[in-house]
Amino acid sequence: MFALVVAHMCAALVAPWLVDRMGRRALRVLAVLPAVCVILALALAPRVIAGTAPEESLVWIPGLDVTLWMRMDLLSWLMTLIVGGVGLLVLVYASSYFTDTSSGLRRFAATFTAFAGAMFGVAVSDDVIGLYTFWEATAVLSFLLIGHHYERRPARTGARQALLLTSSGALALFVGFVVLTTTPGGTPRISGLVHAAATGELDTSSPQVILGAALVVIGALSKSALLPFHFWLPGAMTAPTPVSAYLHAAAMVKAGVYLVARLTPGFTDVPGFSPIIVTVGLVTMLIGATRALRQHDLKLVLAYGTVSQLGLITATIAIGSASAMASGLVMLLSHSLFKSSLFLTVGAVEQSTGSRDLRKLTGVGRQKPVLAAGAALAAASMAGLPVTSGYLGKEALLSALIDGSGAAWIGGGHNGTTPTDLLIGLVVLTGSTLTAAYAWRFWWGAFGRRHLKATEESDKKGDITRPDSRIQGELTACAPTPFPMLLVIWVLASGALLGLLPTYLEHVIGLHGAGQLPGHAHLAWWSGWLPALLTALIFLAAALLAAHATWVEDIQRKVGLRVTLADLYAWSIHEIEIGAARLTRFVQRGSLPWDLSIILLTLCGGAAAVLLMDPPSRLVLRWADSPPQVLLVLLISIAAFFTVRSRRRMRAALLLGAVGLGVCLLWVVQGAPDLAITQLVVEAVGFVVFVLVLRRLPPLFSDRPLQRSRWWRLFMAVVSALGTVCAGLYASSARIHTPVSALMANEAWSFGHGKNIVNVILVDIRAWDTVGELSVLLVIATGVASLVHITGRRQTPTRQRQRGTVLAAATQKASLGEERTWTSVTSVVTRFLFPTMIVISVWLLLVGHNAPGGGFVGGVVAGLAFVLRYIEGGRAALADAMPAPAGQILGTGLFIAGLGALLPLVNGNTVLESTAIDWHFGGYGDIHFTTAMILDVGVYVLVIGVVLDLISTLGSELDLQGAREERA
Amino acid sequence: MNVPAFALLCLAGLLVGCGVYLLLERSLSRIFIGLGLLTHGVNVLLLASGGRGGRPPLLGMEDPASMGDPLPQAMMLTSIVLSLGTTAFGLALAYRSWWITGHDEVVDDVEDRLVSRRAEKNANLFDESATGEEDEGINYDEEGKQ
Repeated sequence: MFALVVAHMCAALVAPWLVDRMGRRALRVLAVLPAVCVILALALAPRVIAGTAPEESLVWIPGLDVTLWMRMDLLSWLMTLIVGGVGLLVLVYASSYFTDTSSGLRRFAATFTAFAGAMFGVAVSDDVIGLYTFWEATAVLSFLLIGHHYERRPARTGARQALLLTSSGALALFVGFVVLTTTPGGTPRISGLVHAAATGELDTSSPQVILGAALVVIGALSKSALLPFHFWLPGAMTAPTPVSAYLHAAAMVKAGVYLVARLTPGFTDVPGFSPIIVTVGLVTMLIGATRALRQHDLKLVLAYGTVSQLGLITATIAIGSASAMASGLVMLLSHSLFKSSLFLTVGAVEQSTGSRDLRKLTGVGRQKPVLAAGAALAAASMAGLPVTSGYLGKEALLSALIDGSGAAWIGGGHNGTTPTDLLIGLVVLTGSTLTAAYAWRFWWGAFGRRHLKATEESDKKGDITRPDSRIQGELTACAPTPFPMLLVIWVLASGALLGLLPTYLEHVIGLHGAGQLPGHAHLAWWSGWLPALLTALIFLAAALLAAHATWVEDIQRKVGLRVTLADLYAWSIHEIEIGAARLTRFVQRGSLPWDLSIILLTLCGGAAAVLLMDPPSRLVLRWADSPPQVLLVLLISIAAFFTVRSRRRMRAALLLGAVGLGVCLLWVVQGAPDLAITQLVVEAVGFVVFVLVLRRLPPLFSDRPLQRSRWWRLFMAVVSALGTVCAGLYASSARIHTPVSALMANEAWSFGHGKNIVNVILVDIRAWDTVGELSVLLVIATGVASLVHITGRRQTPTRQRQRGTVLAAATQKASLGEERTWTSVTSVVTRFLFPTMIVISVWLLLVGHNAPGGGFVGGVVAGLAFVLRYIEGGRAALADAMPAPAGQILGTGLFIAGLGALLPLVNGNTVLESTAIDWHFGGYGDIHFTTAMILDVGVYVLVIGVVLDLISTLGSELDLQGAREERA
Repeated sequence: MNVPAFALLCLAGLLVGCGVYLLLERSLSRIFIGLGLLTHGVNVLLLASGGRGGRPPLLGMEDPASMGDPLPQAMMLTSIVLSLGTTAFGLALAYRSWWITGHDEVVDDVEDRLVSRRAEKNANLFDESATGEEDEGINYDEEGKQ
């Protein structure tokens, strides 16, 4: 069964290619797949009927215990036959219906085949995840099929509406499945769930089960177009006729009915399950049938008729007794056959006459007797004329209700008929009358010979009165219908003849739910005088209705509600769109401070909400560790305060540097030497970068804030500060487990072969982080270079001089470039310091694995050496000192890091796993290193590249641009 | 119970607050100075998450029991180096803005507002529901025959 689903999907993939090669005949080739479904079902028939359902399983996600199960019991077998049989016939029909040049034929072939596969999956899946997956697949594929003529607006609207309604229902279904599965006694297997509910293992009266069942039912109702979701089905009539015949008669809309039939044997005991579905189904039946009586579009007559029939079938099945279940399944089978046959008839009529408006058709039956006869057979089954299969189902239901259905919720048992039974029977009687009436309306509308004048008067718009060239001598002109189309219609219509085999049907179909549901199945032509009388009554009333069809239409037009559910849907969609647009307008105003405020408020609000909902039980408070710590905290706070206060750019940058130094000392006090030295050199480079850029900008911050925005910022600052303190306090108090890092001391040595745990974390335990960080650095460096090197598009050339700091003065001088002197103290110091710093950086890199140091700090120190050269001698000196362009160094760094990451593979380890390598040189000693070292070298080189890039861009390039400007 | 000193948390809060105050400015250089303060604040918070400070996490030199938590330290190391890159990028942006407009202020994005306004106007285009009745005259299946 899995193989068959996969085969469908593969066929869908090659379908476009097939269509390219063979044109529309490719559809006949693709019809092989549904045919295989039928053959499979027939081959398994003896085992299915014997009651041993064949099963298959496939482990999908072992970590989540998700296993796909497929199982073919009687219900699945019946569905497979319908889905496969109708699919096969519709594909054959479509191969004549479409032309080789029809638009989107490739897409149609692929999506239709895939849909058939997904539908087969729905029919045989026996676990909730599999069923849900295929269920969603049918929704998406039906969206594509309904929107086949996507260049037309109604098709788009109809497809979107169907997708929205059925997939929101599917989400409810999913949640419902999850709830049912996780309830005590629940299982992910559907057959298991039903069994558990039937035997009482699953407590059917528990709120969880009721909730889960309700959600599942919502999913089923939306799929089968029952109230209040029914309007998507008529809207989906924009699909090509073969699609309507398959999806909207036989396959997709039956999925919901199938699910109800699947669950009813166990879940009818769930409070509300049966009564609610029966009520909804019966109301849907009445509304659908009434609406069908006022449609002029033949396809819409069928669509509303389908809504009505689906309501009846769902209600019948959900009653929850063996006799009702059997009659419901007979209706399911016969409806699939006659309704798809009738849809295909509409397609044939439309193809030959160019219209499907029953006000424009007359005398088609006279010209096409074979088509009309086939349609008559199907319509007879729809109307429930005796000895057709449609009659058999209806008859069985009526006689079951007359004798008392025996369902537990009706208060049946063996008490005989109850008032509820009779009430249901009365409603079904009314519905059947309406059904027979619209069956006649359909058939006579399509094939009858009428005076078009009579209908013209009833049309208030009056657009029919204009002469239609197609109507000649009161006969609509017809083109011939291809033989395969007629054949398919006839084969499907002859499904009505299944009504001739009541005993066999009873034997097979009665198997579903037998033993679990009260009562027993009974199907027969003759169940006594009373049912026969009722049938006669139905046709009498229907004849009356048909005779006064115009009157019925008028009444409906006058009485009909002004606001329909479809309008309600449109209104809510409109409001959602508007609401979303307004929310976006409110949240994203295009102002950076506003956007940031929203983000920060959301962050603080979210954290506060979590704290309020689940407040920690205890709060541990320790004021401070040591006097130096307190002193540093005070100093840093003062520096930060003045950073905020300063109005001069350069002063703010200096104070930020002071904060950085304070933080750096704090790391020392806290016992983090690696951090301290890294922070120190990073602060140095950062400060240089600030000076290099700020020397070009105005000395004062330009923005003098308004009073109001300042108060707002102050408010935001206080909120974020409090948020940070609270989060830190509560998070650390909430800790109940030992930190994961407690193990790292051991691991660092045994796996990472290093003594500096921080460094081992960087290059081994969390090495992927480091690799990611390297890429970010590379991107940043490139970004900086791109921002500065692209010049032009300048509007207001202004020049600003920066005064005040020694460093700025030095760079100013340096920017003059060429006249370098060797006399200043700076240059002498630099001569000494440059090589020393390079050596120190290499040393830091090498010892990093076992002592404070590492690639990052080493790289920044080396970068600082180059910064020194630049400060001393300007861009010429930097160019002298640079071994290669910054871009090349960056790339090399990343390359080396990648090499270090992949090298462990040689030794049979995984990527980035530290591998120790020892070389022995006899008396000369041993060399011991790990592959993580190579990653660290990559880091080192790349960081040098970043610093060089920053200096050469923000230093040298800015110098050049400044010099150019001065010349201009 | 290994909890951080309250003084450290206060420092983190103060640095974050100062950073946010500057972050909500419109001048790019101030924004990125604010981001620098914010980074320091978050780093202090990260360190505090490791609990009480201790001896350096160096095997062979210190007793593992007395060491500080190495994991936050490794993460902060990443953060420190990246903050350098971010600051540099922000300053390059400020410079670029100054080069083009003569100042380094972030002005409101008018396009952003227009986009959302247009979205509201266009909502009317999507609000139809299909009942299948509005298109009786159209033959959906044969484009050639229209």
